Amino acid sequence: MRENLHRFFRAARGAGVRLSPAESIDAMRAVSKVGFTDRSILRDTFLLTLAKTQDEKKALGDCFDLFFDQPEPESPPEDGKADEQGTQGSNAASDSPGETSGGDEQAEGLGQLAQMLLAQDRNQISAAIANAASAASLSDIRYFTQRGIFSGRILDQMGLQRLRDDLDNLTATNPALAERLTNALDGLRGTVRDTVSQALMLYGREEAESLRNEILRNAPLSRIEPRQVEQMRHLIRQIARRLRERYSKPRKRQRRGHLDVRRTIRRNAAWGGVPFLTAWKRRHRDKPKIVALCDVSGSVARVSDFFLLLIHSLHEVVDDVRSFAFSGHLIEVSDILESKSPEEAMSEIMSKVGFGSSDYGSSLDDFEHGWMNAITPQTTVIVLGDARSNNLDPRADVLRRIAERSKRLVWLNPEGRMAWGWGDSEMPRYSTFCTVVRQCATAKQLERAVSDIVASYQ
Amino acid sequence: MADTRPSASIEAVESGLAAQGYIASRQIATAVYLAQQIEKPILVEGPAGVGKTELAKAIAAWRGMKMIRLQCYEGLDEAKALYEWKYAKQLLYTQILKDKLGEVLGGAPTLEAALNQLHDFGDVFFSKEFVEPRPLLQALEQPAGCVLLVDEIDKSDAEFESLLLEILSDFQVTIPELGTVVAVSPPTVILTSNSERDLGDALKRRCLHLHIGFPEQKLEERIVESRVSGISQTLRRQMVGFINEVRTLDLKKLPSVSETIDWARVLVLLQAPELGHEVVKDTLNVLLKYEADIEATMPQVSTFIAKASRQGVFG
Repeated sequence: MRENLHRFFRAARGAGVRLSPAESIDAMRAVSKVGFTDRSILRDTFLLTLAKTQDEKKALGDCFDLFFDQPEPESPPEDGKADEQGTQGSNAASDSPGETSGGDEQAEGLGQLAQMLLAQDRNQISAAIANAASAASLSDIRYFTQRGIFSGRILDQMGLQRLRDDLDNLTATNPALAERLTNALDGLRGTVRDTVSQALMLYGREEAESLRNEILRNAPLSRIEPRQVEQMRHLIRQIARRLRERYSKPRKRQRRGHLDVRRTIRRNAAWGGVPFLTAWKRRHRDKPKIVALCDVSGSVARVSDFFLLLIHSLHEVVDDVRSFAFSGHLIEVSDILESKSPEEAMSEIMSKVGFGSSDYGSSLDDFEHGWMNAITPQTTVIVLGDARSNNLDPRADVLRRIAERSKRLVWLNPEGRMAWGWGDSEMPRYSTFCTVVRQCATAKQLERAVSDIVASYQ
Repeated sequence: MADTRPSASIEAVESGLAAQGYIASRQIATAVYLAQQIEKPILVEGPAGVGKTELAKAIAAWRGMKMIRLQCYEGLDEAKALYEWKYAKQLLYTQILKDKLGEVLGGAPTLEAALNQLHDFGDVFFSKEFVEPRPLLQALEQPAGCVLLVDEIDKSDAEFESLLLEILSDFQVTIPELGTVVAVSPPTVILTSNSERDLGDALKRRCLHLHIGFPEQKLEERIVESRVSGISQTLRRQMVGFINEVRTLDLKKLPSVSETIDWARVLVLLQAPELGHEVVKDTLNVLLKYEADIEATMPQVSTFIAKASRQGVFG
């Protein structure tokens, strides 16, 4: 029983529910109070003790249903896995005499598996599968490519070899029985396959997901397929959460350095100026203020999309974000991004400024005339674009003025370093005024870039 | 392991709460049962007005225990939540006892001897008599146990959360001058949160996590039935159906159970026999709390009423 619970906890971790040992102990205590008899109560109990958020509750509920609904051979009789294991001993004992009296006489002299299959005792078969599965440590399954191996192991464990010998013997002596046995074996294979697939869904999900995420993190953002966009958004939200956790809590600076004379005297006025309590100068830390200028033309649009999503999910960390989008001309898009869902916001932005050929010069000019006062000495200006201005005037002088007004000017370019300066790329001219220029093509690079920007305020 | 007992006792919780006018879903009842059995606090999350606070009140009334409530807000600290020294009393006593002190210490020849004598009296001024217990300490001191409601924990600061941890896991607090105060009998702790900010993992880990959403239609009808007397069955069914339709809209603040009950009372007061177009339009402000929401709902009223009354016929 405990074994089963442990396996369930592992499956739950695979489903993305964060479980600590303490939580599993609590769940065990709770289960020992409510018992296993009522499945819906058991489900509620797990949801109460293990899941900590609404999403986790849903994931855990699905996992529970999957776990306690094991595939049964042929038509499923209604009994949970939990009961199976408990009653297995008595089952085997009570069934064997019944089988010999009511079953075929020819079955004598056959292996255990063959007898079991011929007797068509579902409970016994599923118990045997469950035993063989734990002997083959099925819960270690991680990737879908392992399905064959595990099916083979389980069948071996159940005594497939002996069954083959029996089959060979029977084809010679009793063809009819042999045929029945072959059919039963096919059924068994199917059941085992189902068991393994289900185990893969239960235990393999975590690995598969982290593998997929790893690939996705390193894939170029501009070239991901439409079906991956949703996954990518999910990944970006994860990154945002990580950055929030890292930077949102103000970490206390060590109290050393210069004495704040003014505050010390004021604080100790009650003791006639004898400094019992000292006050130290503290570095004042402001939250990042960000002005983001994003190119939304052609190939850069996707990257801008994810970048804006990331920046705007950092509310706790970043004090103030103003975003602007441009291709031919420039508009402010902060309100659109704040008020709409990412998909809607992006399509609205694209309909307003997207799809033009980019003109960096006039866009920078628009910014200087309209919003230059948004930049304060605390502001980090981030420009995201490939700096390909279609041979129009780059207006690098505007960028210089922006750089002078701001704390930092960061340029993120989705193109590789090798391409900078080739063709109509104005990157070398712009980069002289930038504090940092970095390549930013994948989610990983995006995370690092934003993390650095936020960290520079800590 | 008990076979039938748990489900029976969960039903007992359900009926116990129902007797206090709180219609609990199976999940809520299971949570209350478990909280009692494994002595863990319950963290209740959900939208405003679904009866998170009511649950604590109902449990207290059902078990006949005192309810101690701690309303959280930004800036709530130890002195207001846990305990405080009665400074004024301490000062007053030292003044009154001044002469007495002179007597006691009069016999001492040297300063050192006087100090030693003083030590023998112990920390008289930092004893239990001078502690002003605040809600959390009060809860631990109740001899018969109590229901401690920590309301809207998400409104408090992150530091306050950490302060709660000791109480939640071990039912004890440590006061530096006095030592550790252990609960006489462990209180039933209910924390509520509107998810205004994410709570720390440490806090969540120590609690049973219960999410109360909007109830199903049947359950909500039962809630209205138990709370509002004199409402006819047809009207009840229609209005709950109507509210369920409203909840499908994209509104700023969806009407929750408390609004349903208020609205039911209003309808009974206006003696509306059934849900009519005019009545709904006149009383929509009971249900919806924003002008924009009311405007968004107005054009849909007729269709919703039609749908709700159709449900009444077939349901």
